[in-house]
Amino acid sequence: MTRVIFVMAEQTTLTGNPAGKTKTKAHELATKQRDISVSEFFEKNRHLLGFDNKRKALMTTIKEAVDNALDACEEARVMPELIVEVIEMGNDRFRVIVEDNGPGIVKKQIPNIFAKLLYGSKFHTLCQSRGQQGIGISASVLYSQLTTGRSAKVISRISRKHHAYYYELGIDTIKNKPLIKKEKEIEWDKDQGTRIQLDIEASYLGGSQSIDEYLKETAIANPHATIIYTNPKAEQIIFPRVVDQIPKEPKEIKPHPYGVELGMMMRMLQATEAKTLQVFLTKEFTRVGSGTAKLICENAALLPSTRPRTMKREMTEQLMKGIKETKLIAPPMECISPIGADSLEKGMRKEINAEFYATVTRSPTVYRGNPFVIEAGIAYGGDQPGDHAVRMLRFANRVPLLYQQGACAITKSTIATGWRSYGLSQSRNALPVGPATIIVHIASVWVPFTSESKESIAHYPEIMKEIRLALQDVGRKLSSYVHKKKRILAESKKRGHIETFMPIIADSLKDLLGLKDDDKDKIEEYLSVILEHTRGNLEDTTFDPSKNLDYDKELASIGRNGEDEKSGHDDPKGDDGKKEKEQEETGAGGEQ
Amino acid sequence: MVKDVIKQILGIAQDIYGKILQKKQPEVETPLRALSNVKYDEKKGYFELNGKMKKRTLTASSVKSFAQTLKMLDLSKNIVDTNDIATKREAYYVSKNWGPARFNEQPESDAVMDDIEAMLMVNREQMGFIPEEKGGDIAGKLIVIDKDSDTGKEIKIDCTKMGTGAYSIPISVEHLKFQTNAQFILAIETAGMFQRLVKHKYWKKANCILISLGGVPTRACRRFIRRLSDDKKLPVYVFTDGDPYGFGSIYRTLKVGSGNAAHINEYFCVPQAKFIGITPQDIIDYKLPTHPLKEVDFKKIKDLIKNDPFVQTHKPWQKALKQLYKMKVRAEQQALAKHGLNFVISDYLPNKIKDHKTWLP
Repeated sequence: MTRVIFVMAEQTTLTGNPAGKTKTKAHELATKQRDISVSEFFEKNRHLLGFDNKRKALMTTIKEAVDNALDACEEARVMPELIVEVIEMGNDRFRVIVEDNGPGIVKKQIPNIFAKLLYGSKFHTLCQSRGQQGIGISASVLYSQLTTGRSAKVISRISRKHHAYYYELGIDTIKNKPLIKKEKEIEWDKDQGTRIQLDIEASYLGGSQSIDEYLKETAIANPHATIIYTNPKAEQIIFPRVVDQIPKEPKEIKPHPYGVELGMMMRMLQATEAKTLQVFLTKEFTRVGSGTAKLICENAALLPSTRPRTMKREMTEQLMKGIKETKLIAPPMECISPIGADSLEKGMRKEINAEFYATVTRSPTVYRGNPFVIEAGIAYGGDQPGDHAVRMLRFANRVPLLYQQGACAITKSTIATGWRSYGLSQSRNALPVGPATIIVHIASVWVPFTSESKESIAHYPEIMKEIRLALQDVGRKLSSYVHKKKRILAESKKRGHIETFMPIIADSLKDLLGLKDDDKDKIEEYLSVILEHTRGNLEDTTFDPSKNLDYDKELASIGRNGEDEKSGHDDPKGDDGKKEKEQEETGAGGEQ
Repeated sequence: MVKDVIKQILGIAQDIYGKILQKKQPEVETPLRALSNVKYDEKKGYFELNGKMKKRTLTASSVKSFAQTLKMLDLSKNIVDTNDIATKREAYYVSKNWGPARFNEQPESDAVMDDIEAMLMVNREQMGFIPEEKGGDIAGKLIVIDKDSDTGKEIKIDCTKMGTGAYSIPISVEHLKFQTNAQFILAIETAGMFQRLVKHKYWKKANCILISLGGVPTRACRRFIRRLSDDKKLPVYVFTDGDPYGFGSIYRTLKVGSGNAAHINEYFCVPQAKFIGITPQDIIDYKLPTHPLKEVDFKKIKDLIKNDPFVQTHKPWQKALKQLYKMKVRAEQQALAKHGLNFVISDYLPNKIKDHKTWLP
């Protein structure tokens, strides 16, 4: 389940020189040099894995557990039902409980999955999943152990026919091995699923980077999931399912040659069972047949019969060059499972009460051999404030990105899109201003993050371009809505203007022709008929907040209290005076 | 005549009412009163409407004017019915009672009034509306025969006996009769020049009637000159400054009328008028002191040459305007004082009137 690709241990291993008679400084140092276990490394570098501070630790712990739970449910084709509970225990300690209805874990694997770092990675295959977020749930277990000394309590059951098992687990940080403190069969009211309980040192705050907001956004990007959340204030919030379909199962694919870097290639060459380079290429990669493999070898000036294990750095570099010079078909796209434009809109409707929604799912594209899909959505108007920068919601493989908005390719691309022509105001190098929420989702087998903390997307030109195209697509839809609304507003204003004069017309005709009051009323009535007749029916675009049946007010207010803006995107310089001047209606002499 | 106005107004109202009862878009059409919608026939001698109409109906841009037109027709009918009058200013104030159809400024109400005038082809006096403006002072060899408004008895006003003052042309001039043995009528742009000529009794010397226009002549002033000239077969000479305003606005309007009032120009113009004011050539010949033309002056000249049917018909005017444009200067009537305060009386006017070649048509 924790699909971690992580080799830090390997790279940080320092080995001392064993022998030597004369004691040099190097020898002296060598006595201090030894293996550093991953666990120890983590102890000292917890910020790399998202445990920088107490607040973030809570977030990361929940994030890892929720991501794992959703991944597991989807893999097993189960409609996810998650229970998330955070209990404040005083002294900055919190108990986090995450329970799912997924496939469960076989007894033997439970300790390894939860209490061994770097366990369970599928190395040579790529598949779209949430589990790129860090080192996985075991890191949370370790954090729990470090900060509270408590063990993780896990229950898992794989079916009705099997028992549920209960474990209390810790981690041996020196050996990176699970410490099983308690292990027993128990009664559990769930047929299948997994439940983990962790006690951690943390702090709970509201606002735009809170776990409340995180779960809310998770619900938007995962409209097929139900999440029942109890926050530290003991308030229960239910994020209901709005789509009754599990997302298309993403297929695992082998890596595409263009997407593999030198270090990874070297490891793959060592790990392969293939006897020749040609077989290695066809077996370990997608889109490489034997002909293409030969061509790569030719371009690399390597013999197809070279034994992969014998290939050193220079030869691998040659191979990389050969790959670069060979034209390859783009990788297959069935490995990507986007949210889907319809589902995304449903997810938005539930959280944002807007007048207008537009969503788009782009066709899959490739960056560096990795397939990816961009989806974008915009919710406009309604009860959203119009004098702020738009609200940005960023997702990577359905996981909300709450930190480092400014550094993210999604934000950059949104800024680079010209929103003025789509009906929002925007000043240079700033997010557009207006009553709107913009959502961008990148789904990929490998989402390129800018840093270990995995909170913003790297600026690959292919990705930036796709984001921009997706935003332009929803932007165009927005623009036609905004303009239509403006037109209707102007028209109804004109009608109102015309109607003001109807009683005056009726009155002067009555006076001129000596008509009765009844006739006067008739004139007014007929004039209205004539007006309707000549100008057509007027579409009603006034915003009716009760029209959106999916909208959940309580849900929308989550994470809104105590807004602590992380990035100063509220640009007050937004050019507000752009409002189009209403056509002036002068009286006398105003002929057409 | 008055009955006709009422009949016409009722006809229009009935027409609109009928349209509404048929659930058809009601509308009023009025002739477009603008220079772009006039033609000039030299033989007829005045600007005539060209037939373009503007429509007022239930559209956002015209509904207010539509309602105002109806209101104004109603007001006119009431005034005529009760044998009363209202000044243009009063009509404007009456509109303040019309709710959203009220006029914000008097020019708006004047415009609607003029539209009705053009629509009914009657002048506003017949609809009971009278202008505030007064224009035109008279001095010289003329006896005006007016009526006492109480007794209806004839009153003779001798314009030679006004001392250093003058007789004012009344707002309505149709009932006036004239006695004169003068040789010509001299219409003068500025009150200052008029005063000089009155002071030195130029009218006695030249045996003429002096009329001060005071800028662009009012309808009453134009009508007065026209009636006097027609009645007594007197030539009309016009003496203005040598600038685009004197040529294009004062003289042109006096002679052929204006675009704005094209519907009534037939009666409110003086086609027999001749220009003896300061021409561009005079500026050179008399070595007159000048002022530089301003941007608006250049614009006015270009506009006259390009858009004014009167200027387009008369080559000499085009030539004169082009000459002025090149000279880049203008000269006032009073500039003649350079050659002595009474140079205008002793030299300029006698020479001008004698020499037809120095005139402009």
